Amino acid sequence: MIAFFQSSIFANLAYIFASILFIFGLKMLSSPETAQRGNLVSASGMLIAILVTLAQNEIIAYEYLLIALIGGLIVGVLASSLVKMTSMPELVALFNGFGGIASLLVGVAEFINPSISTLIQIIAISFTVLIGGITFSGSLVAFGKLSEIISGKPLILFGQRFVLSALLFVALLLVIELIISTGLLNISSQTILFTLIGVTLILGVLLTAPIGGADMPVVIALLNSYSGLAASSAGFVINNNVLIVAGALVGASGLILTNIMCKAMNRSLSNVLFGGFGAAPSSSEESGQIQGEVKPITAEDAYLILEAANSVLVVPGYGMAVSQAQHVVRELGELLEDNGCEVKYAIHPVAGRMPGHMNVLLAEANVSYDVLAEPDDVNPLMDTVDVCIVIGANDVVNPDARENEGSPIYGMPVIEVDRAKTVFILKRSMAAGFAGIDNPLFLKENSRMLFGDAKESISTLVSEFKT
Amino acid sequence: MESQALLVLLLFVLVLSIFLGFELINKVPSTLHTPLMSGANAISGITIVGALLASGGEGTFSSILVGTFAVFFASINVVGGYLVTNRMLKMFKKK
Repeated sequence: MIAFFQSSIFANLAYIFASILFIFGLKMLSSPETAQRGNLVSASGMLIAILVTLAQNEIIAYEYLLIALIGGLIVGVLASSLVKMTSMPELVALFNGFGGIASLLVGVAEFINPSISTLIQIIAISFTVLIGGITFSGSLVAFGKLSEIISGKPLILFGQRFVLSALLFVALLLVIELIISTGLLNISSQTILFTLIGVTLILGVLLTAPIGGADMPVVIALLNSYSGLAASSAGFVINNNVLIVAGALVGASGLILTNIMCKAMNRSLSNVLFGGFGAAPSSSEESGQIQGEVKPITAEDAYLILEAANSVLVVPGYGMAVSQAQHVVRELGELLEDNGCEVKYAIHPVAGRMPGHMNVLLAEANVSYDVLAEPDDVNPLMDTVDVCIVIGANDVVNPDARENEGSPIYGMPVIEVDRAKTVFILKRSMAAGFAGIDNPLFLKENSRMLFGDAKESISTLVSEFKT
Repeated sequence: MESQALLVLLLFVLVLSIFLGFELINKVPSTLHTPLMSGANAISGITIVGALLASGGEGTFSSILVGTFAVFFASINVVGGYLVTNRMLKMFKKK
């Protein structure tokens, strides 16, 4: 009986079962009612896959792997329970990078294992190292940018594209040399592999460094997709179906998210990756003078307008995350509702630093997810909205995207807040958004600027309501 | 011949899984983008299966060492990924 549990036929059947659980888990993750159970289903698939692998008679020594497993468990538990919700983007990026490096190391371990590798395995190892390395260093750069260890601005090196294509060419040469070993380079295959690893790590950095903070949601989704592809590729190294299936599912879901993010910015993927958006000078000066003046408003006057409003639409952006204003925003929303006003939240897909960033923050503050609306839902009803409160969002509410053909963001689907009767814009100063573009919204007739820290401004509004 | 047949089979599985993936998550409400991403990220930690085999299986000292590091990173990815996803999803409530 014990022999059966150690057999590869049992393991393979269990892997199929685990794959089914992953598929159902992902399916359930795409609906709010079932998402939490879906995550558990997928986690139990993972547990089954790990336990079955540990029972295999291929595994002869447990001391090292148990130490590593327990170490990883402790780090994982601590990191996931201690992190603040506002730091979620960088944590997701970091975990993603760890998945990439793990796949890379699996490829390396198979390569330096003396048991002879087949040609197919060598090809698979090359791909695993290539994708895993890019995922790892790319995710670390994304982590650095999101946690503001390094500047979030697009970093364009001189001759970036040239260096990038030269390195890609070198990587390709190394892969070919590994596969057919022409002996032209006159170095050992291990040296080639390690050179390849070095090249992929630099590639990951060069691919991520030029991408600005506002484009981060796209990059995170793309790196997520890569980590799946790396795992899938590692599946070819060890001839294992569950790695291929699970990795491909992740690769596909990451690509879908990437596509959604690109569409939300009306830009192509290559434009996001190589465009160096925000580094180019803004063209708004030549394309017609912006007319009007900035009209500041005090929190006390804003309160009077809000008190009389029947419908309020809150549009959060990255600024809400920075000032941690989500809890006071929810409090204000509740007070408005008690006052007989209808409150909704309009969330642009690329608001914040990762896909769904604002939704997570508002959920943390206990806002019901059915009042969180997408731009397509709120835009048709915008004319009936009394007050729009824009909190630290800029580019996603820029009317230039509809009106100014010369604007770099022309054509991007935005939340059309300027059509509401009154717009409050909470902002720390008159600085441009992350894309570095002027925003004529601030100068519109119905716009009122509420300067200051978003959290403090809203707290003042809340206390006005309470008195 | 046998390794070629295996390759074709594995490629077949890969192609079908990619299509399945696209079909599965075609329509995700943006509310769930972050949990979907971190949940998928945890699944990509499946590479831990390969890591366990490399760390506990036969091999040289260096291949076992590399495999052990792979286990460490993959298990952070798996454990942390699932826990953090669960923590986020717990907050999504309808009132």
